[in-house]
Amino acid sequence: MAQVFGNENDTSGKGRQMPVHFGSPEHHFHTISSPLATQIPQAAGVAYALRRMPNRRSQNIAACYFGEGAASEGDFHAGFMLASTIPSPVLYIARNNGFAISTPSSEQYNGDGIASRGPGYGIDTIRVDGNDVLAVLTAVREARRRCLEQGRAVLVESMSYRVGHHSTSDDSFAYRARSEVEDKKRIDNPITRFRLFMESQGWWDADAETELKARLKADVMKAFKKADSLKRPELGQLFTDVYGGEEPWNIKEQRQELVGLLKKYGQIWEPWRKELGKFRNTGQDLLNPQGR
Amino acid sequence: MNPLKGTYLSRRLSSFYLSVSARHSRCNSTSATPPADGHLPSVASSEILRTKREAGLRTPGIKWADEDSSAPTRIIVGGRETRKMNTYQAIRDAMSIALAKDESTVVFGEDVAFGGVFRCTMGLAEEFGKERVFNTPLTEQGIAGFGIGLALMGHTAIAEIQFADYILPAFDQIVNEAAKIRYRSGGGYNAGGLTIRTPTMSVGHGALYHSQSPEGFFMGASGLKVVIPRSPIQAKGLLLSSIRDPNPVIFMEPKILYRSAVEQVPIDDYELPLGEAEVLIPGSDLTLLTWGTPVYHCETALHLLQSPPPELQPVIPASLRSANIELIDLRSILPWDVKTVAESVSRTGRLVIVHEAGMTAGVGAEISAEIQKRCFLKLNAPVRRVTGWDLPVGLQYEKFNIPDAIRILDAVVETLAY
Repeated sequence: MAQVFGNENDTSGKGRQMPVHFGSPEHHFHTISSPLATQIPQAAGVAYALRRMPNRRSQNIAACYFGEGAASEGDFHAGFMLASTIPSPVLYIARNNGFAISTPSSEQYNGDGIASRGPGYGIDTIRVDGNDVLAVLTAVREARRRCLEQGRAVLVESMSYRVGHHSTSDDSFAYRARSEVEDKKRIDNPITRFRLFMESQGWWDADAETELKARLKADVMKAFKKADSLKRPELGQLFTDVYGGEEPWNIKEQRQELVGLLKKYGQIWEPWRKELGKFRNTGQDLLNPQGR
Repeated sequence: MNPLKGTYLSRRLSSFYLSVSARHSRCNSTSATPPADGHLPSVASSEILRTKREAGLRTPGIKWADEDSSAPTRIIVGGRETRKMNTYQAIRDAMSIALAKDESTVVFGEDVAFGGVFRCTMGLAEEFGKERVFNTPLTEQGIAGFGIGLALMGHTAIAEIQFADYILPAFDQIVNEAAKIRYRSGGGYNAGGLTIRTPTMSVGHGALYHSQSPEGFFMGASGLKVVIPRSPIQAKGLLLSSIRDPNPVIFMEPKILYRSAVEQVPIDDYELPLGEAEVLIPGSDLTLLTWGTPVYHCETALHLLQSPPPELQPVIPASLRSANIELIDLRSILPWDVKTVAESVSRTGRLVIVHEAGMTAGVGAEISAEIQKRCFLKLNAPVRRVTGWDLPVGLQYEKFNIPDAIRILDAVVETLAY
């Protein structure tokens, strides 16, 4: 939530990235990048490194998620070629939800989805009903097992349907029928299907569902409100993490230039004063680094 | 019509986006209420924009397609009409003319068929058919290469890269292929029929990958032209010139201006010259050179200099407030109009260059070097650059990274007082 709001608690990107661009070295989660498919070849490199680490070899694999749209990028093909030619235990999980923004998958490829490409690269591949939770679990388990056992890439293509809009400002009914979306939501909804399975086993019922929904909603709203009330990170974070090691002169001088400008205009120019107020310590970390 | 609120479609897991239309409205409504953070006030109230028919028709350098270019320039503009358009509508109008007049023209890119994420191709697929206006798979290098192929066959290709931040996978095709094919083939082949349109520059909340200004990366690619319009009239005329120019052109559209800049745009087919800067405000004491979005920040800065609000008065010396600043819109980044800029700086003796991209090896570096060579003895102050810092564009920090009116004002004051 802190990342989504880019607030002072955002440890994954220090308020630098757009929402839903998470990352956490602690959780072995490589920070998300907006450019599509760039991490497909990176995953092959990550997996190759895992193979070369005695304590992780045959224990860990790299998992890389992407959509059917990203699979059209050159990096997809480059990554698959490398992962297969230089054997790397990477599990590629293609989530085929039928749409890349407005473009339907029928305009994304003329072949048989993403799965058909796996064998061409010599990569073991399975396609699974992505709206069947247990089927996905089973397929991914088996894929991971093979990945570890063979030390090579495996591809899972999970077939689903994007019931939501691409983003909060996308109205997808401009390019697809509302009835189509409503049908998918009602009939082929992975959550509904799994709930029905749980109910048939006697593990779940309407009361439990109501309680869970209410509790989760309250939890989310609480976290949402808290995240929304926090300040941005310190303004000085604008300039950090560009380089490791010694900071080049241009970055140093530009920071000093901004400090000079803030001293001159930061309080007298209302748009800047207002903006400074949104940062933790209102820019004092830059203006007055000793006196904090 | 909703104003641009700052929409971005992060292509990956986006959760916010400019409300460019009902489709892209944050609440999916068609409400006409401007958002609290509003337009750039400097764009909404800009005197640079030509909001009257007469002014639109008298745009400097305008060349009507139905007039003999060797004939003397006509003063009479009677019989011609204008229509109120924002920038994306003017761009659509230019493409519509290109499609109507040249059967070989095709328009393509990601999400182009339903109108494009910034609405520039709205209705074109319906009007001209899906064979001529179509979606491509998500592959920028593919889009550029495909366009080069069309151009090599003598066709007119108008390709869209959804954001300039995503043009880099196509860098090889653009720099090694489109730019060099004429030379490589001994003049036998060329990719002149290719125009690549792409939205550029920041809007306030696009973060690392929806805010960049990569024009400088292309500046060393001889064989290529790079154009950045500032307004609807400019966008239409410069885009039609780009489409018809015998060279491949990267046409970068400042995305915050898609909706916020509105002018009376001539409805006829016309062109504006490539490779020529335009003096927007004449002056004699300092040359202020920029392109795209910062044109309006510069205009605001000049207003602040002339009549500073009370809070700024203590830091703006009274003696400098009457300075005459010459504001120039460079328009073409490659080739750039060294004649106009050098002539101006020779008169004013001072140059401030403003761009959103970082300072190091930015377009300003090239211009500074050349101007210092040509105008060395005329300069009264070092050439000054006001640019983004040499940093990625961090989401929450953008207002203190991308140059605004205050930073421009400060540089102008310092350069005048040097």
